Amino acid sequence: MPIVTGKKQRWRAWAAHGALWVLLAFTLFPLLAVVSISLRPGNFATGSIIPTQISFEHWQLALGIPVTNADGSVTQPPFPVLLWLWNSIKIATISAFLIVAISTTAAYAFARLRFAHKQLILNSMLLLQMFPVAVALVAIYAIFEGIGTQVPWLGIETHAGLIVAYLGGVAMHIWTIKGYFETIPVEIEENAKVDGATHWQTFRHVLLPMAVPILMVVFVLAFIGTIIEYPVASILLREEPNLTLAVGSKFYLYEQRYLWGDFAAAAVLSGLPITLVFLLAQRWIVSGLTAGGVKG
Amino acid sequence: MSTPARSRWLHHGVAALAALALLWLVFNLWMAGQALVAVGALAFGSVALVVYGTATSVAWKYLFPGVAGMLLFVVFPLVYTVQIGFTNYSSAHLLTEERSRQYLLDQNLVDEARARPYTLHAEGSAHRLRLAPGEAGGEPLLSPPLDLRAPPATPVVMAPEAATTPANTIGPALDLKAVIAQREGLQRLALQLPGGERVQYAGLREFGPIEPLWTARPDGALVQTGSGRVFVPNRETGYFESAGADGEVERISPGFTVGIGFANYSRMLLDADFRGPFVSIFIWTVMFSGLTVLLSTALGMSLAVLLEWEGLKHRTLYRTLLFLPYAVPGFISILVWKGLFNQNFGEINAILDAVFGVRPAWFAEPLLAKMMILIVNTWLGYPYIMILCAGLIKAIPSDLYEASALAGASPWTNFWKITAPLIARPLTPLLISAFAFNFNNFVLISLLTDGRPDFLNTKLPAGTTDILVSYTYRIAFTDSGQNFGLAAAISTLIFLLVAVMALVQLRFTNSPEGRR
Repeated sequence: MPIVTGKKQRWRAWAAHGALWVLLAFTLFPLLAVVSISLRPGNFATGSIIPTQISFEHWQLALGIPVTNADGSVTQPPFPVLLWLWNSIKIATISAFLIVAISTTAAYAFARLRFAHKQLILNSMLLLQMFPVAVALVAIYAIFEGIGTQVPWLGIETHAGLIVAYLGGVAMHIWTIKGYFETIPVEIEENAKVDGATHWQTFRHVLLPMAVPILMVVFVLAFIGTIIEYPVASILLREEPNLTLAVGSKFYLYEQRYLWGDFAAAAVLSGLPITLVFLLAQRWIVSGLTAGGVKG
Repeated sequence: MSTPARSRWLHHGVAALAALALLWLVFNLWMAGQALVAVGALAFGSVALVVYGTATSVAWKYLFPGVAGMLLFVVFPLVYTVQIGFTNYSSAHLLTEERSRQYLLDQNLVDEARARPYTLHAEGSAHRLRLAPGEAGGEPLLSPPLDLRAPPATPVVMAPEAATTPANTIGPALDLKAVIAQREGLQRLALQLPGGERVQYAGLREFGPIEPLWTARPDGALVQTGSGRVFVPNRETGYFESAGADGEVERISPGFTVGIGFANYSRMLLDADFRGPFVSIFIWTVMFSGLTVLLSTALGMSLAVLLEWEGLKHRTLYRTLLFLPYAVPGFISILVWKGLFNQNFGEINAILDAVFGVRPAWFAEPLLAKMMILIVNTWLGYPYIMILCAGLIKAIPSDLYEASALAGASPWTNFWKITAPLIARPLTPLLISAFAFNFNNFVLISLLTDGRPDFLNTKLPAGTTDILVSYTYRIAFTDSGQNFGLAAAISTLIFLLVAVMALVQLRFTNSPEGRR
């Protein structure tokens, strides 16, 4: 494309850079502020955004280490952040693993097998996924309360119950994997079938090894989707040691007990790894986005 | 030769075992009174058995887990929510009629007039229980030595103290702390007095005759012990009721769940006290999602266009940094904003105070709170639109721009004549789904303002920044009433609206392949 770099063009570039800098300030302000607040002594704003004095008390508390104050008193960590992080990671890992297993087999059926009403089932699944789970919370609560009376380890206040509740959200992932399967030539599998392989064998030994990249992408997507999930976790989990990070974090900012500095450290500690995973997976997430997915 | 035969027998064996396990589970559920769950489990289990136990369909062997998961945790909650919306299910009407009746039948009353104080005496590892004369008199009674860790199931026969042992041979009475330690055993004890009367544990100091508060009549009504008043289950109000002499209807708690038809819906439309805040919340929900989509589209699209301009340096760096709000987990960034906007301790007010000398009450003024929500949600939402637009702009053939450059068109003309018309069509369904998403953006409202500041003088607490879905959460889970029925009715209304949005989106998309 022919670009004539005139005086006008240079002015435009400067204006564009200026506008972008203003926007970057708006975008990065909360993220930088929270890092600085986590290093500032005390839990109240002391006027300066850039800390004049660096203190690691909030970081110590976030990591579960009691802090000895100048006057000799000891501050105990307010909340078990690391336990919450562990709960979140445990639940997200198991859910993501199960979600990948379920969606892969279903995607195989949609991509390769013939059955009645295929398009109808696929479309209804995608349509149903538009109904937000936050609206059906009453029913979900009642369902798990009912399950809990029969199977206590799957009821309210259990991680297993929460994981099971997450298994309904597979339609988007089935769609993504199905799309990938369709890019793999079907001839390879047909050759395997000619050699006498069953459906399961071609799926397990021929198709799956070729689909490892997309399975990893779906795993990361499901993992992030579960780790940031708030509504369902907030009604199924209520007791402090049981909570996930998404549910527990808000307890830092109650009016009566406002732990701004402690929250900042906990937020950076837990938010940074998730953000990094997200940025690394960005490329695939973006292609998933254009397929119609929306971040929750 | 033998391998296929053996594997077939193995197959049948496993299938038979699975069928037996399923029947056992269903039987247990049924006996526990969970009829609906039992039927559901039977249906799901049999379908699973047919799919995996027979050779009817290979495809369904692969499909079943995913479809079952969606049916159980997406479709069933939807249907169940609609059903709850037609009932009075709430904290005052939590149980079914049978469970509620059973709960009342289990309620007991101690006849205080005939209760007798007791003392506990250790005798080796066993204990003896001594009943002193009560208000109604009677002689002191003594039990045989009892193992309170495993109390006898049959009533313990009490004998007159004088007839068994001289009073000085039993040990001293245990103090209260030791009695508390034996409480569990004592609670399971039933004592038979010489006159044939039975007494049971009635506290740390007394044993007394226990009578049920209610007795059941064959027609389902309950009779109050003592007064003899009959309480008839009213299947419209969901209470056991009795009309008193003065015509006043007396109800007993807990009530039970009954269908109440469209009462929850008529409340939304006809009850003036409820309708006021409900309509305001509905309008704010639409405004909130509309303005969010508008603002983030304006910002995101301009950025996408700007970052496609090849004359600009460091575009990748800009793009990565501008993408950050999307990468940070929402529950963290929303809470960070909440802290930054805090009126007294927040950094935003510290800056505003230093520069302009003002400290706006972001969480107390409805208008400011709404502005804050829109600012935060624009921050959260624009990167998504930016990425979508960048992808769509890349797909525009570059010769269009070359032609316009030859004609000497300005970037402004380029945008309105080429870019905007070409990305509008594929962008529309995505914007509709963004609208639908924000329409139900429970996480943002719940974490940022929790719907506050509240409307003044409303019967049910309602917030000026509540959107429909956070309002239903409030009605269902946080207020003292826990009115699940009403919340479910509002949810049903939201379903209908989402369904309309989904249909509109489908019209714009035509086929699902068009989404790629």
